[in-house]
Amino acid sequence: MSFLPYAVAAWLFVIGLYGIVTSRNLVHLIVCLSVVQSSTYVLLLAVGYRTNATAPIFADISTSRSVVDPIVATLTLTDVVVEATVVALLLALAVQAHRRFGTLDPNEMGALRG
Amino acid sequence: MDVAPLAVAVPLLAAGLLTAIATRVNRWFAEVVAVAATLAVVTFCAILLVRTTSGAEVYWFGGWEMHRGIAVGVSFAVDAFGAGLATLCSVLMVAALVLMWRYRETDPPHFQTLMLLFLSGMVGFCLSGDLFNMFVFFELMSVAAFALAGYKIDEDEAVEGSLNFAVTNTIGSFLILTGIALVYGRTGALNLAQISEALPNGPSDGLLVVAFCLLAAGFFVKAAVVPFHFWLADAYAVAPTPVCLLFAGAMSELGIYAVGRIWFDGFADALAVHADGLRAVLVIAGCLTALVGGVMCVLQDHIKRLLAFATIAYVGLFLIGLALLTTDGIAGAAVYIVADGLGKAALFGAAGIVQHRRRSVSQRRLRCYGPGLPFTGALWVVGALSFAALPPFGTFLGKSLLEEGLVKEGYGWVIAVLIVTSALTAGAVLRAAGGIFLGWGAGGPRKATEEETSPEEEGAPERTPAVLFIPTVLLAMGALAIGLVPGLVEAFEGAAERFADGSSYVATVLRGADAPAIEAAPSYSAPMSAYVYSALTLAGALLVAALGLFGYRIQGSIAGAVTRVGQRVVAPMRALHSGHIGDYVAWLVAGVALLGGSFAIALQ
Amino acid sequence: MSERLRLTVFAAGVVGFGAVLVWGLAGLPSFGDFDGRYGQYLAHAAVPERHATSAVAVTTLDFRGFDTLIEEFILFTAAVGVVVLLRVQRAGEEVPAEPDAVRQPTAHSGSLRSVITALVGPFLLLGLAIVVHGHLTPGGGFQGGVILMAALFLVYLGGTHMRLGPFRPLAATEASEGVGAAGFALIGLGGIVVAGAYLENFLPFGRVSNLVSGGDIPLLNIAVGLEVMGALLVVLGEFLDQRLLMRKGRL
Repeated sequence: MSFLPYAVAAWLFVIGLYGIVTSRNLVHLIVCLSVVQSSTYVLLLAVGYRTNATAPIFADISTSRSVVDPIVATLTLTDVVVEATVVALLLALAVQAHRRFGTLDPNEMGALRG
Repeated sequence: MDVAPLAVAVPLLAAGLLTAIATRVNRWFAEVVAVAATLAVVTFCAILLVRTTSGAEVYWFGGWEMHRGIAVGVSFAVDAFGAGLATLCSVLMVAALVLMWRYRETDPPHFQTLMLLFLSGMVGFCLSGDLFNMFVFFELMSVAAFALAGYKIDEDEAVEGSLNFAVTNTIGSFLILTGIALVYGRTGALNLAQISEALPNGPSDGLLVVAFCLLAAGFFVKAAVVPFHFWLADAYAVAPTPVCLLFAGAMSELGIYAVGRIWFDGFADALAVHADGLRAVLVIAGCLTALVGGVMCVLQDHIKRLLAFATIAYVGLFLIGLALLTTDGIAGAAVYIVADGLGKAALFGAAGIVQHRRRSVSQRRLRCYGPGLPFTGALWVVGALSFAALPPFGTFLGKSLLEEGLVKEGYGWVIAVLIVTSALTAGAVLRAAGGIFLGWGAGGPRKATEEETSPEEEGAPERTPAVLFIPTVLLAMGALAIGLVPGLVEAFEGAAERFADGSSYVATVLRGADAPAIEAAPSYSAPMSAYVYSALTLAGALLVAALGLFGYRIQGSIAGAVTRVGQRVVAPMRALHSGHIGDYVAWLVAGVALLGGSFAIALQ
Repeated sequence: MSERLRLTVFAAGVVGFGAVLVWGLAGLPSFGDFDGRYGQYLAHAAVPERHATSAVAVTTLDFRGFDTLIEEFILFTAAVGVVVLLRVQRAGEEVPAEPDAVRQPTAHSGSLRSVITALVGPFLLLGLAIVVHGHLTPGGGFQGGVILMAALFLVYLGGTHMRLGPFRPLAATEASEGVGAAGFALIGLGGIVVAGAYLENFLPFGRVSNLVSGGDIPLLNIAVGLEVMGALLVVLGEFLDQRLLMRKGRL
């Protein structure tokens, strides 16, 4: 159990990359990019976890309870927002690609060579 | 007055306010606001530069200072190189904004907003002293750059170029984030100085090496070190030319700066015994980048792709300078970055003029116009001479510092790589000059194919507008003048010494200690060998240009055989630059594996 | 590059990459054993220092508020970027202004439309509540902003795509986005003016667990909520315009 979350993060990274390299559709490629993103979320949150600790919200618990690390929560929140926005931008590009090339297949978009 | 936060907050505010009143804003109002905000940033960064020559300046956000040895808040830790790079970025931004005045604007104030956000990202990145904060500014800079690269969205290639740019750089930022997670897991800190203090306390194991490898790989994607470089030529080819100016002059160098920053002010203490191994790996990476960039540069017909590969080649040289990990190497790389940044910007400005007057960026097509555009041609040649690192250009000083540094560390053979790369890039630019401005070269007038002309408004103008010409001239003069400023090299050497001195940085940031005084370096004069190498480079450049322009006239079996061999060597490399995103990502992954493997051997 | 060559390069690369990753991850402390002093200090200083019960909110908007400012601006940049990348370039591509033939309701079933319309109010309230209570409970500007955006998106789902002639929703959404972003930056400047450092929390901290507590954290949450709502609506609006263009047959 102690290494499993990290292994999951590594697997997600790798399988997402595989999806990107072998993709035949831009939207699929962008979703695979999200899979790689989620590997970073899992890693960050796994790093900050403490056994038998609860969420760092003191609204209903005493301030001396042990809590998990709030910094990784902030880092992950920032990460989620940043990467979601990149996905939005990439999807806009995918829409334009479909308009220009009539296809979403990276294999058929050969405008830039050499 | 605390100018560090203002250098970032002012452009952000301007961007936000412009968008808040977006539909009521006409274009020229947006332009004025953008230029005013940028000039303010130039002022702030210049003030920071002057102040930091005597030591780093630290600024804590939110009023959260150090608490019992823990860095609670986010900090800016500005040193001379950070402030200097920020100043360079903002100066180039002014030039880029002015050069865009000629473009027909379809949707104000969005372009100006993106430029201001891009500026804020770059400046914040240079000034930051916190690892995650650097990442966030890096992302801001990247997202703005993706949108700016795809700005000419009505062209087919812009979509593909921007897509390749965005996907590869996003994977790069995932690598950085993974590295940050590893570092945080080991040290529990995000402040760079605190990380530097905490890392040596833990075991020296794979985590350190891998964290540095992932961080470096992510930044190398941005810097376009081989084999992470494939996206750069595509992005430069499609972005509007003034934006390319910014990319080439400022954005690519930030990747190299970042690796230097996290090494000296983060990992150096923990991995100090392996510095020689790191040097070997990075010097080789730099040589590879320089040579690939140089060779691909010569093969290009599209002048912006030519300049893009030249950028890659110079990134290789900067990496070599940084990789030496000594004052000479760092100072040389820094001088080179500034001088080359200005020179490349002047070349992009000149390319923009050519594009405006001739409606094309293809050398084959431009040659059909015959001789013309003498003043622009003169600027182009000035840029080429800057590439060739001739005295009195600033690049000459940078190169001679690099050469001295290489010899001192036992890497004298790398000087050959420097000469070859500069000769190739300068030669490619000179060849382009011969074709575009003098009409020389193979073939002569012939019908250009569809893809060689870039669609613009109808009718090519008769005169170059001043707004395109003046900034280009100023940039070219800057490239020249940098080499003539007295005491420049000594100042850079002093700053480099501070940059490499991680422990005094840590002391300044964590304990507010004053930086130790640096004794003034003796006045610098380039050794004789530097002039010799320079002459060799010029000769090489002229040879490359001549072969490119007139080589078709050489008949004979030997010439034919040489050409065939050359093409067989070069064609596979050329084919790799296919424009296909899957290829680029595959090479990126292979590159990270290679870097990791090399570090595993060299840093253990 | 042929597909086989690409796969070969990738296969070799990914094996090495995976090995490097696992080698590095092996050095991390065991899952659950992390004990970073920085994180623990922030978690236990949130209530005493800022009288706000959500340590995550205090970390996000106060201790490390500068990161959040830039993160908010990244979202802002992406929204502007989407507008730039999807802008119409040529006159013939104007997005149609509500000819009746194009104006069809999005949801075709009448009962579905009623349910959706009924949900708009509760969603708005939920979003506002989450934004405003961000310093007390999990939530905050980002999360609440997304819900607010969803509430307004429901208007589209329950009705028709809104393009009301001269008053384009784009203006209002861009204004919301710009005001939210600039608002955060301005509050930061207020920190300099009143308290001495950029983004320093300068408002009175109030009593723990009150709605008005945590200094400027609730204000920052509201700014972020405005910005997130505006930016996401801008992005949605742009994509919906593309759909209209498709319907018009220009794609």
